[in-house]
Amino acid sequence: MTTPPTRQRKITLSRQNSQHIAFALITLAALAVIIPIFFIVGYIVYEGASAISWEFLTEFPYNGMKSGGLLPAIVGTLWLTLGTAIIAVPIGIGAAIYLSEYAKDNALTRAIRIAIINLAGIPSVVFGLFGMGLFVIFLNFGTSILAGSLTLGIMTLPVIISTAEEALRAVPQSFRLVSVSLGGTRWQTIRRVVLPQALPGIITGVILGLERAAGETAPILFTVAAFFLPRLPTSIFDQTMALPYHLFVISTQVPGMPIHIQYGTALVLLVFVLSMNLLATLIRRHYRQQRFW
Amino acid sequence: MTDKLEDKQKPSISWLEFFIERAIQASGISAIVLVVLIFLFLIQEGIPAFFEVPLSSLFAARWYPIEDYFGLLPLIMGSLIVTLGAAIVSLPLGLATAIFIAEIAPAWVRDILKPFVEVLAGIPSVVIGFIGMLVFAPMMRVALNIPTGLTAFTGILLLAWMALPTIVSVAEDVLDAVPVTYRDAGLALGMTRWQVIWRIVLPDGRSGVLMALMLGVGRTIGETMTVMMVTGNAARIPTGIGDLFMPVRTMTATIAAEMGEVAQGSAHYHVLFAVGLTLFVITFIVNIAAASVVFRQVKRAERMLS
Repeated sequence: MTTPPTRQRKITLSRQNSQHIAFALITLAALAVIIPIFFIVGYIVYEGASAISWEFLTEFPYNGMKSGGLLPAIVGTLWLTLGTAIIAVPIGIGAAIYLSEYAKDNALTRAIRIAIINLAGIPSVVFGLFGMGLFVIFLNFGTSILAGSLTLGIMTLPVIISTAEEALRAVPQSFRLVSVSLGGTRWQTIRRVVLPQALPGIITGVILGLERAAGETAPILFTVAAFFLPRLPTSIFDQTMALPYHLFVISTQVPGMPIHIQYGTALVLLVFVLSMNLLATLIRRHYRQQRFW
Repeated sequence: MTDKLEDKQKPSISWLEFFIERAIQASGISAIVLVVLIFLFLIQEGIPAFFEVPLSSLFAARWYPIEDYFGLLPLIMGSLIVTLGAAIVSLPLGLATAIFIAEIAPAWVRDILKPFVEVLAGIPSVVIGFIGMLVFAPMMRVALNIPTGLTAFTGILLLAWMALPTIVSVAEDVLDAVPVTYRDAGLALGMTRWQVIWRIVLPDGRSGVLMALMLGVGRTIGETMTVMMVTGNAARIPTGIGDLFMPVRTMTATIAAEMGEVAQGSAHYHVLFAVGLTLFVITFIVNIAAASVVFRQVKRAERMLS
């Protein structure tokens, strides 16, 4: 009479224990993923903060880049981000509209989807190779902002297409039906009803795509990046310095580089990129709360 | 959009609308054009390598381009060891983090954690390489008592960590998609929450988890700047487990490090494009495989509904 209850309790206990152990391990693993993020960001801020000054952001580097500031690299990255946006945003949103509003479920649409998945998976350095072969050499743009922006733009396309399509698809079908029933054409419906509703989601996707482009090094290695250039670019056919490449150069190619300048450069790049990330998160959160459907 | 509406619209379309709709169509097709263009370009510049360099040399063990040794084996092995290693490390970590976020953590912790994983996705690879080189590699050197911290193992750990945002977010979606009724059934039978996760949720989502892993691997194999900065870049064929703690050189790092210095049209130039072509083909296969998992899943869901 006494044995069955004890046995039962034992089983319950071990099941509970295995849950405790499993949850503890999982929590540990999650911490192992999350804590290094804090560590890396915190460490760069801690080590790099001493380098940050007005001069660091607004002066040209001199003395073999060991003194002075980051101005040409910051300006270059701004140019490249803008160029990427000009290339990738219209085509990306156009493709998203096509997939969400026009495409039928046929072989062509499936081919487009497979192409987008693959475009997203191509290694960034292969984009660099392609950009160099096509834009720099074949089309003879030279290593230039134009060639770099085109390369980065193509790389950013799949991110923008997939996030924008998701945003467009989230707009309820009833919205479209109302517009069409009032006599709106298909484009009028898209232009005045669907796009405005999907805009916050599209903007979020665009920012996330540009954020990635701004931090990329491999695609600009052979298409635009200059090792050291003591002037600002004046046209889209100029080379330019850029923050990610500059960080790579001063941390691996220049011996005797003061350590606080290296961390300062990493900090500026990180702030630039993560503030875009923050902006995207805020926009998404803001509009998700306002949305009434 | 529904086909019923389409036919009635056609007569009233103005020329402006006609133009805009053609532009939208063209953008839609652009992705196909670009992928084909990239592929053709890599073929055009990469295939000559197979004629300029004897095949026996291409599949030899020595990569030393200055003296015309173009053995690709060490590069392929280097990429393979780093990618496989990163996959082995990141799958359990990524899955555990996804389970933690989707199943265990309370809602407010989840709301904090998800943006942080996105922050990780946003850190540029050159910054992770920089920290890896300056902080992590010296730590590894001291901890493991090896001559240099710039090793395959260091690269594996950093790449695994970088692949996590992809694995976590895809795996989390997969876990979220497992129907609540399945869980309720398990709980009603007296299973603990952990048993429900382990015996019901994970088996149901296994193909999605596989897809998450493949997408993560796709990102890892193409990673360039971090591996170039932390793996030491010595082109040698790994022979044993001890080689994990020696420098390696990956395909991506080789292209990035050498392309800037080669003469256009030289054998070395064509070989580097051939390496790029190889990478393109590998990621193409991995991504098609991952995508087919998704398509299959959708089909299964459709079957269940009908």
